[in-house]
Amino acid sequence: MERPGLPTKIYFMLHIPCPHCGLRNETEFHYGAEAGVAYPDPNALTDSEWAKYLHIRANPKGWLAERWVHFAGCGRWFSLWRNTITHEIGPAYPPFTTQPKAPGNIGQEGSRA
Amino acid sequence: MSEVSFSFDDKLYKGRQGEPMAAALLRSGMLSITNSTYHGRPRGVVGLGVEEPNALVQLVSGTKESMLPATVIELADGLAARSLTGIGALPELPDEARYDKTNRYVDTLVIGAGLAGLMAADEHLRAGHEVLLIDDQSGPGGHLRHLGLELSSALRDVLAHGNLTYLCRCTSVGLYDQNYVVAIERRSDHLGNSAPARRARIRVWHIRADRVVLAPGAFQRPLIFANNDVPGIMLSHAAATYVAVHSVRIFRRAVVATVDNQGYRDAVRLHHAGVLVQGIYDARPEAGGPSVDAARAAGIPVRFRATVLDTASNSEGACHSVIIQDLDTNETFQTAADLLAVSGGWTPIVDLATHIGIKPQWSVEHAAFLVSHSTDRLRTAGMLAGDFGGDDDPSVFFGPALDPEQARHAYIDLQRDTTLHDLRRAVGAGLYSIEHIKRYTTIGTAHDQGKTSGMLTIGALCQLNGVAQGGKSGLSPADVGTLSFRPPYVPVPFAALAGRERGLLSDPIRITSLHQWHVGAGAVFEDVGQWKRPWYFPKPGERMEDAVRRECLAARQGVAVMDASTLGKIDIQGPDAAVFLDRIYTNIFSTLPEGQCRYGLMCKADGMVFDDGVTTRLGKNHFLMTTTTGGAAPVLAWLEEWLQTEWPDLKVYCTSVTEHISTIALVGPKSRQLLQELVTDIDLSKGAFPFMHSRGATIDGIAVRIARISFSGELAFEINVAWGHSRHIWERLWALGRRYDLTAYGTETMHVLRAEKGYIIIGQDTDGTQTPNDLNMFWVVSKKKEFIGKRSFQLPYLKAMGRSQLVGLLPENDVEVIPEGAYITVLNAHPDEHGKTHHTGFVTSSYYSPTLGRTFALALVADGLNRMGEVVAVPIGKKVLRATICDAVFVDKENIRRD
Repeated sequence: MERPGLPTKIYFMLHIPCPHCGLRNETEFHYGAEAGVAYPDPNALTDSEWAKYLHIRANPKGWLAERWVHFAGCGRWFSLWRNTITHEIGPAYPPFTTQPKAPGNIGQEGSRA
Repeated sequence: MSEVSFSFDDKLYKGRQGEPMAAALLRSGMLSITNSTYHGRPRGVVGLGVEEPNALVQLVSGTKESMLPATVIELADGLAARSLTGIGALPELPDEARYDKTNRYVDTLVIGAGLAGLMAADEHLRAGHEVLLIDDQSGPGGHLRHLGLELSSALRDVLAHGNLTYLCRCTSVGLYDQNYVVAIERRSDHLGNSAPARRARIRVWHIRADRVVLAPGAFQRPLIFANNDVPGIMLSHAAATYVAVHSVRIFRRAVVATVDNQGYRDAVRLHHAGVLVQGIYDARPEAGGPSVDAARAAGIPVRFRATVLDTASNSEGACHSVIIQDLDTNETFQTAADLLAVSGGWTPIVDLATHIGIKPQWSVEHAAFLVSHSTDRLRTAGMLAGDFGGDDDPSVFFGPALDPEQARHAYIDLQRDTTLHDLRRAVGAGLYSIEHIKRYTTIGTAHDQGKTSGMLTIGALCQLNGVAQGGKSGLSPADVGTLSFRPPYVPVPFAALAGRERGLLSDPIRITSLHQWHVGAGAVFEDVGQWKRPWYFPKPGERMEDAVRRECLAARQGVAVMDASTLGKIDIQGPDAAVFLDRIYTNIFSTLPEGQCRYGLMCKADGMVFDDGVTTRLGKNHFLMTTTTGGAAPVLAWLEEWLQTEWPDLKVYCTSVTEHISTIALVGPKSRQLLQELVTDIDLSKGAFPFMHSRGATIDGIAVRIARISFSGELAFEINVAWGHSRHIWERLWALGRRYDLTAYGTETMHVLRAEKGYIIIGQDTDGTQTPNDLNMFWVVSKKKEFIGKRSFQLPYLKAMGRSQLVGLLPENDVEVIPEGAYITVLNAHPDEHGKTHHTGFVTSSYYSPTLGRTFALALVADGLNRMGEVVAVPIGKKVLRATICDAVFVDKENIRRD
């Protein structure tokens, strides 16, 4: 799936590297919000901590680890580095695997072209 | 070029194959092509291409495209067009032309086949890249074409290179993130009657390129002066091209008003083509260079620090004289001219670059906004990057100072008829941002999207804002900033975007294996997502309410049957399936014995009801979950999300089996008797087969699974059978059912029956803001175990009193059905201090019940469960209906009928 000449770490042209199927069109995927927000033990949290888990996310400008699902392909959930300003796509990784390093500084805006 | 004939406003004209329609109309002497939209002033051709603001026409041949500039329509035999006054009309018949789309991956995409684009293509070809070169003109060369020049042999070699694909008549309409470009290629209009019938008229290209070179060129801009909209006033480059290249011989005496050397070059071209150029009026204090020298050599008088202030028109509305103003002394004089050629500098086409957020930078030297961008992946070239190629030396000048009366006729946006006066009013009203002014004045919002008016607006604002801010002189355009453009760069027909995905192909249609039977039985269908579901089955002469009444009574008094195959079905297996369902559903499933069914409710983590359905335990580690028809895919995605991202330790496998299993619901007091005739290997009696139990059986050797599930409150059996066998079972029921007066029913009757029992429909009686308690369904919420959403029930705002709750409504009028969605207020509600009356809830489901012989409804009402018996008001227009809040179960509160 990977085309020679493309950078190996950052994927362009609205393509997403599904860990199971390779590079596919972004339209085959659904977004699933910020990654790495584990379901907590609900009863160990105060009301305000629980409400924060439900409703509050970092939503930074720049690189963010997100959850995506390849709904029109293998149906698998995975996590993905994506730049929320430039829409650059970074490495993807299956759940419960080591998170790769962010391709750039988190919160760094960058340029869209 | 061969001669062709075409019609315009029902008159026949001659022209040359492939030339712009505007050229042929001008050659025929037509200066005024249409009247302006709002002011009704005569207007003629101004420009050369897509920037044209005036000469809009509607095609009446071919696809009857509703609005196109005559400057971009290529003449072909049989072409017919009509003038427009700025407002197009869609043709009444559907567009029968073909449209298609394609994808292309390429090393380098070059946008624009002018000199800069061709040279960029050459460079990338030499680097070994595969190059796609696209351009909106009918041939390569860009500016050279307007000069009537041939390509050099070196450039022809570039076009002939084996690694280059060149697409003409192909306009990039959008540049998106990561070098994704959408372009539209016009493939047949220019061929007129000789276009192959099966050729796609427009092809939409989805292009992904490792590198993009933007070389789109520039538009010449006009100047702001009084009566600058009169036919005979043209951009100088356009005027010279029509005269010199397209042999337009209708102008005798021309005046050129300029701020750069382009005006001189165009004056020389007009002069050589036989037009008497009376003078070049240059706003600059001085000018030099080869272009100026050439004009002087041709004997054209030049006057500096002078510009056009006003024009006068003849009885036909066309330009006959020009009033020139000396910019130092303010003295004016008049000179006769039937052509006023205006050169206000160049505006590079920044549109595509701004699509992805690149901010153009103002260059005083170029008197233009430029995009000088150069990364590994995207770069600009040619005029956009500031390479104007000539000795232009433009000054930043947009027009002379105008008094209020002159400003009323000094047009900035010709298509919107917006004037300098309008702009002054906007600034006077306190607006200073160009984006606000655009919306207030509508400048730049017409068909041409401000291709010539945008920069004029910026220029005029420099002056106005500078004064408004207390400064003596104007601001720089850098202070005002540019407008941001959005795709598409030119209008794109919806038909092109739809491609072949039209009509039946626009969206998948899902039908059940019994669909053809429903069609044969005369069912009226409703769309439920992509599914076609029978809505009701009218007999000849029956209205909908008659049919629904008959179907409801059959289900309550005899026996009726429905195709429930669209229910979502998920097969759940694995050693941890029961544990998993306990976490997903609000109630317990691990205690459910094999062969039994249970209704379940699922919530999102925020405690809001998300879906419901009956799940059957087929084995120790095997469940069949049903979801709502619309919830099938979201629920499966939800289950998978938890299994994959939170609970990978659970051994559970979920499989969508919606289209593997048909479900036939047999409903009514006589259903047991009828079904027992068909099913001989199991006992369907009450004692042997209790409610919410599920049994395997065979019918004619076909394995079926029968469950005693009721969504109507009646005695009912749901027969699950392999999709391909359902028609046989269905036909057998009908053969035996004749004696029982078996009746088919659709979704409308299903809704009435379930609402009579107070059973909710997710998405109709809920909207994602109801907890199980809000729906009076506390009985389905386990207190003993943990499940998704449970923690949220402890949050203060979900425990609070007075939340909206699901209740029944008995309307005072037992015949008139209250519209669903109607607001409910307290009786005799008084408007508050703002004159507003507050609602206390709304109607979610509302029907006529043949069983009750009256109307009834379900509603979400604030604190509804504590307001039983209260009479509320339902304002409908000027009427106020009354209804009494009641329990949501209207029929068989004791649940006797289901056995």
